[in-house]
Amino acid sequence: MEFFKYIVKRILQVIPLLIIVSLISFFIIRLSPVDPLAELRLNPSISQETLDKEIKRLNLDKPIYIQYVSWAKSFLKGDLGYTSAGEKVSVKLKERIPNTLLLTLVVIFMTWSVGIPLGILSAVKKETVFDRVLTVLASIGMAIPSFFFAILMLIFAVKTGWFPVGGLTSYNFNEMNFAGKIFDIARHLVLPATVLFTISLSGLQRQMRANMLEVLDSDYVKFARAKGLSEWKVLFKHALRNAVNPMITLLGFEFAGLLSGAALTEYVFQYPGLGRLILEAVLKSDINLVMASLMMGTIMLILGNLIADILLMITDPRVRGNAK
Amino acid sequence: MEIIKKIFQDKFAQAAFIILALMYIIILFADFIAPYSNTYSNRGMSYAPPSKIYTIDQEGNFSWPYTYNYVREYEPVLMQTVFKQDRSKKYYIKLFPKAEEYNFWGIFKTKRHLFGVEDGGELYLLGTDINGRDVFSRLLFGGRISMTVGFLSLLVVFPVGLLYGGISGYFGGILDTLMMRFAEAIMAIPSFYLLIILAAILPTGMTSVERFALIAVILALIGWAGFARVVRGMVLSIKNEDFVLAEKTIGASNMRIILKHILPQTTSYVIIAMTLSIPSYILAESGLSFLGLGIQQPDASWGNMLKEAQEFTNILYRPWLLTPGVLIFIAVLSFNVLGDVIRDILDPKSRNRV
Repeated sequence: MEFFKYIVKRILQVIPLLIIVSLISFFIIRLSPVDPLAELRLNPSISQETLDKEIKRLNLDKPIYIQYVSWAKSFLKGDLGYTSAGEKVSVKLKERIPNTLLLTLVVIFMTWSVGIPLGILSAVKKETVFDRVLTVLASIGMAIPSFFFAILMLIFAVKTGWFPVGGLTSYNFNEMNFAGKIFDIARHLVLPATVLFTISLSGLQRQMRANMLEVLDSDYVKFARAKGLSEWKVLFKHALRNAVNPMITLLGFEFAGLLSGAALTEYVFQYPGLGRLILEAVLKSDINLVMASLMMGTIMLILGNLIADILLMITDPRVRGNAK
Repeated sequence: MEIIKKIFQDKFAQAAFIILALMYIIILFADFIAPYSNTYSNRGMSYAPPSKIYTIDQEGNFSWPYTYNYVREYEPVLMQTVFKQDRSKKYYIKLFPKAEEYNFWGIFKTKRHLFGVEDGGELYLLGTDINGRDVFSRLLFGGRISMTVGFLSLLVVFPVGLLYGGISGYFGGILDTLMMRFAEAIMAIPSFYLLIILAAILPTGMTSVERFALIAVILALIGWAGFARVVRGMVLSIKNEDFVLAEKTIGASNMRIILKHILPQTTSYVIIAMTLSIPSYILAESGLSFLGLGIQQPDASWGNMLKEAQEFTNILYRPWLLTPGVLIFIAVLSFNVLGDVIRDILDPKSRNRV
C-alpha cells in the first residue's frame, strides 16, 4: 500500500514540472521572431483550410497567454498539428520515438552489463595495473566528443564495409523475413550503439568503482570480513547491494545524457530518431515539430527518472521508509 | 599556493597543466604563430594536402628545411583532381618573415610572423579546407573560441548560480520550493534539445563577437540550474551554523549574510565545479558549431571546422580535416585530469568518488 502511495505521490509531482517545462519551452520558442506558419504558408500543397485550422487551433490572432492555453489543450488531446511538410506531427513522432528508445535502451543495457562488473573489478583490484589501465581508458572515453567518435566509426565502417552506414533499415527491408529484419536492424544499430556505449560506459564504470570502494570501506563490510565470511559472500551479498543503489538514481541521469548525446550521434549516422528529428525541425524552424518533440523528449526524461525512483524503492528499503 | 604545489606533485596533473598552458599561450599568440591570417584563402588550392617539409636534399646532404609547392592536376583515369609537387623550385622555410599584416592584440600593427616560407611558396602544415584556407592557422584561431567559451559561460553561471542557490537555500519555505521547481524544470528538458533551440532562435546578422558572447550565454542558461541546486544544498547546511546566528544577532542584513558569509564558504566547491565543468562547455560549443548552429563561418572554431568532416569523401581522402577533433579531445582530457586532481586535493573525502 505504501508502495502505491509513494508512486502516486511521485507521479503527481511530475505534473507541475511538466507545466513549468511547457511554459518555458513555449515562451522560448515564441521569443523567436519566426512566424510559426511561415513554412506552411509557403508550401503549395497545404490548403487554406488547413492553415485556417492551424490558426484557430493555436489562436495565433489572440494574445500569447491564450495561445499557450490553446496549445496546451490541444497537446493534451494529442493534436500536435502539422509539420511544415504537411505531415501530422503525431505520426512523425510515433515513427521516431521508438527508434530513439530502442537505441537508448540497447545502450543502457550494454553499459550496465559491462560497466557494473568492470567497476566492481577495478574497485576490488584497486591500484593494480588493471585498475590503472581502466582509469586511463575511462578518461579517454569521457574526453572524446561523441560526434567526432561517430565520424571515426564512419570511417571504420566505410573502409571495412562490415557495417551499413546510415539509417535503421536497408532499402530492401520490406522483402526480408522476420529474422532477417531483426538482423538488419541489429546491424544498423551496431555503430551508433557502440559510440554511445563507449561514451557512457566510462562514467558508469568510474561511478560504480567509487561506490564500491566507499562500501568496502564501511564498518559492516569490515564486520562481515571479521566474522570470517568468504570474500565472495562479502562482495556479492553485502557490498554489492549497497553499492548498486546509488547507481539506480544515476540511471535517470544516464537516460538524460543519452537523449542529448544521441542527438549528435543520430545526426552523424543519419539514424531516424527523435534527436535528429528535432534537429532538422530546428534547422527548418518547423515550430510545431520542435515544440512537440521538445515536450516528448522532456516527458521521456521525466519518465526515465520516475522509473529509476521506483526501481530504487524496490531495492532500497530506506527509501520506502522515508516515503511513509 | 599550497594547492598549486600539491597539484604539481601529481605527474598526470603536471602533464595536463603543461599541455593546457601551452595551448593557451599558442592561442594567445595565434596571430604571430600562424603563418596565415584567419581570413586568408587561396581559392585555387582547396583541399591541398599538408606540405611536406624536407631537411635532406636530393644529394643526401642536410639542408635548411624546405618545401615544394603543390600544383593541381586533373587525373583523367581516376576522374579526380590530384595534387602533385612541383619539384622545379625549392622554397626554404624562413623564421620571422614578413607576411600578411595583423594587429597584435590591438596594440600595434606588424607583418612579422613566427615562421613562413620564401616569397611565392605555400606552406600548409595541415593542408587546406574547401576554401583553400590553411587548416593549421585556423586551428589556432579556432582555439581562441573553443578554449575560452567555457570560461565566458562560467562568468554567467557562477554569479547566477551562487545567488540563486544562496537565496533559495537561505530563505527556504515557499520561495525555495518555487525556485527549485523552476531549476528542476530547466534540468528536466534534455539539455542538447534546449541548446539547439536557443541557438536557432538567435537573430542573424550579428557580428562575430556578439554571436560568440551569446553562444556563451546560451551554454550558461543550460548549466546554471544544476550548479544552483548544489549551492542551495550547501547553503542549507551552512545556514544553521553558529556564525550565521551571530551575524543575525549583530543585525546584518540577509543579503549581506548570504553574500559575505555563506557563499564564500562554498569556494572550494566552486573551484572544483569550475575545472570539472569547463570540458562540458568545450564539448557543447563544438557540438553546436558542428551542426552549424554555433560559431559561423568565416570565423573558425574547432566545431565548425569539423563540419567539413561530415562528408564521406572528406573523411576518407582528407584526414587532415579531422585535426580539430583531436585537439578537442586533448583539451577535454587535460581539463578532466586537472579537475580530478584539484578535486582530490580540495575535497579529500571525495577521493574515491567520481
